[in-house]
Amino acid sequence: MDRSPRVRKTRATALVAACTTGILLVTGCTSSTGGKNAETASNGMVAGRAKTPRMTIAMVTHGVAGDPYWDVVRKGAEAAAAKDNVKLVYSSDPTASNQANLVRNAINQKVDGIAVTLATPDSMRGVLAKAEAAGIPVSAFNQGLDYWKKLGAIGYFGSDEKFAGQMVGNRLNSMGAKHDLCLIHAQGTVALEDRCAGVKSTFKGKTDILYVNGQDMSSVQSTLTAKLRQDPSIDQVTALQATIGTTALSSVKDANSKAKVNTFDLNKDIVSEIKNGSIEFSLDFQPYLQGYLAVDSLWLNKVNGDIIGGGRPTLTGPAFVDKSNIAKVYKYAQNGTR
Amino acid sequence: MSAHTTTPSPSARSATRVQNRTAQRSLMRRFLARPEVGAMIGAIAVYAFFWTVAPSFRAVDSLSTVLYQASTLGLMALPVGLLMIGGEFDLSAGVAVITSSLTASMFAYQLSMNVWMGVIAALLVSLAVGFFNGYVLVKTKLPSFLVTLGSFLMLQGLNLAITKIFTGNVATNDISDMQGFNSAKAVFASDITIVGISMKVTVLWWLLFVAIATWVLLRAKFGNWVFAVGGQNESARAVGVPVSVTKIVLFMLVGLGAWFVGMHQLFEYNTVQSGEGIGNELLYIVAAVIGGCLLTGGYGSAIGPAFGAFIFGMVTQGIVFAGWNPDWFKFFLGVMLLGAMLLNTWVRRQASRR
Repeated sequence: MDRSPRVRKTRATALVAACTTGILLVTGCTSSTGGKNAETASNGMVAGRAKTPRMTIAMVTHGVAGDPYWDVVRKGAEAAAAKDNVKLVYSSDPTASNQANLVRNAINQKVDGIAVTLATPDSMRGVLAKAEAAGIPVSAFNQGLDYWKKLGAIGYFGSDEKFAGQMVGNRLNSMGAKHDLCLIHAQGTVALEDRCAGVKSTFKGKTDILYVNGQDMSSVQSTLTAKLRQDPSIDQVTALQATIGTTALSSVKDANSKAKVNTFDLNKDIVSEIKNGSIEFSLDFQPYLQGYLAVDSLWLNKVNGDIIGGGRPTLTGPAFVDKSNIAKVYKYAQNGTR
Repeated sequence: MSAHTTTPSPSARSATRVQNRTAQRSLMRRFLARPEVGAMIGAIAVYAFFWTVAPSFRAVDSLSTVLYQASTLGLMALPVGLLMIGGEFDLSAGVAVITSSLTASMFAYQLSMNVWMGVIAALLVSLAVGFFNGYVLVKTKLPSFLVTLGSFLMLQGLNLAITKIFTGNVATNDISDMQGFNSAKAVFASDITIVGISMKVTVLWWLLFVAIATWVLLRAKFGNWVFAVGGQNESARAVGVPVSVTKIVLFMLVGLGAWFVGMHQLFEYNTVQSGEGIGNELLYIVAAVIGGCLLTGGYGSAIGPAFGAFIFGMVTQGIVFAGWNPDWFKFFLGVMLLGAMLLNTWVRRQASRR
C-alpha cells in the first residue's frame, strides 16, 4: 500500500520523459553532420555483374570475428563476388585446427574455389591436399608468402611481413630515432613476430619488444604506459595493428612520453591521426585488395584459365601512408574500404 | 547422489496387468532419468534441424567432418566430465593440450630423437601437470577453480616462454621428416576408411575411451569412488573412500586426455603455435554440462559429454554448412546450446516428476 505513491511518481516521470523524447524527435533535433545519413551519401564502388554461371567460393580466414581489418578484407571479397556472379561463403577462426576444419567443411560443400589465409601453413597442408584431390582450386592470401606454392595454391595476394618490418626500420633510421618499442598484440603469431624481427634487423637504434593483450585495450594502454614511464629513452612506438596504434597514442599522452607512434594498417581513426600529425606513418597492406583478388583470381581461373602473378606472389603492400599522401587515402578509409 | 536404483521385488513378476503397466512406465522413467538422455534427445533434435536446413549437411563426408570436430572436443570433455562428477573443475585443460604437443615436438626436435621419445616425454609432462593440480588441491583445500586458474596462467606463460627459448620462434619446428613421425601419425592422426567412409582415427579412439570410461564408472570400484567424492566428500571419506587419491587420479586423467589430444594436434598439423588452446577449457566444460554432468558434482555419465561434444560439433559445422552469415555465428551457437540445455533439463524434470 505504502508503495503506491512512489510508483505513481515514477510513472509520472516516465511519462514526462517519454513526451519530451517524442517532442524532441518530432521537432527534428537531427544532426546535420556525421551519422548514418552522411555515411549512406558517400558509398559507391558498385560494378556490373558478370554473365558467367553462378558459382560458389569459400573464403576461410584466421581472422577474429569482429576485427575491423578482416571486415575490410571481407568487403573486398564481397565486391569481387558481386561483380563475378559468385556466391561467397565467408568463415573464419583464429585457431589453426578450427580453420582447417572450416576448409574441410568447404570441401564437403563441393564449392568451386577456396580462398584461404596461410597463417599456419603446416596446419593447412593436409586439408589443402584434400582440396586438390577434390579438384577445387585454392588461392592463398594475406599470409603464407613462403608456402603457398608448395601447398599448391594458384596464386598469392598479400604481404611480406619481414620486408615490411625492414621498411619500418629504415624509415626510423632516416627519422633519426634511437629506441623503438615494438608491440606484439597476439602472443604466438608468426607474422607479428616477423614484423618486429624485420624492424630489428634494419633499425640502427635499440629495438625492444613488448607483448600486450590485443583482446583487451585497457590492458594494452596500461601496460604500455607503464613501460614508457619505466624507460624514458623510448622515442618510437611501433604498433602492428590500427586499434593498437590509437591506444598507443593515449598511452604516450598518459606517460608524458616524447615517443612518436607509428603503426600498421589503417582505419578511420588512424587516418585522422595521420592527417593531424599525431601518428607519423602507417604501413598499409590494402586488405580490401587482398580479399578482392583472392576471389577474383579464382573466378578468372575458372572462366578463363587465368593465373595472376605468373607463379610469383602478388604483393598488395606494403605502402607508406603519411602526411604526403593521406589526403587521397583519407576518403577511402572513411568508407571502410582502405 | 540423486540416482536411485530400484530392484523389482519377486511379487512384481506375478502382478496384474495394471501393475505391469506401471512397472513398464517406471522402466521408461528410469531410462529418461539417465543423465545422458537429455543430451541424446538434444543431439537428435539438432541433427534433424540441420538435416532439414542444410542440404550439404546430409552428405556422409559432412558427418565425418562433424564427428571429427566432436571427437577432438569429446576426447577432452570425457575426462573433464569425469572430473566434474568428482566435484572439481580444471581450467588448465585447454592450455595443457598445447603444452603436451609443444613438449613432444621440442623434446624430439631439439635432441634429434625418435618422435616417439617426444611422445613419451609429453605423456610424463601431461600426467605431471595433472598430478600437480590434484596434489595442490588436496593439500591446500583451495577450490579447484583457483588452483587450476593458477596452473592455466602458468602453463600459458611456460608455453610461450619455453618455445621461444628453444626455437627462437613462437611456433615449433616442422617434425614431419623425423623418424617415428609416420608411425605416430598412424596412431594419433590417420585417416581410416570404414565401409567407404573416410574418417579420422580420433573418432574411433574417442568412442573406445567413452566405452571404457562408461564401464569404469558403472561397474568398477573406482567409478563408485568418483560419484562418492563428488556427491559427499566427507561421508565418502568416512566410509573409507580414498578421496585424495581419487581426486588426484581424476586430474591425471585430464592430463592423459590432454596428452592424447595434444598428440593428435601435433601429428595432424606437424607444428604447434604456442599461443593456442586458450578458451577451450570452457568448451570442454560446456560439453560436459550439456551432457548432463552437474556443475555441483556427484551426478553425470561418461557418455553424456560425448553427446555434448557431438551437439557442439554439429552446431559449429552445421552453421557453416547452412551458409548462414558468420557474423551471427556466435549468436546461433549460443541459442543452440541454450536450447539443447533447456531440452536436457526439461527431459530430466519430466523423468523425475511423480
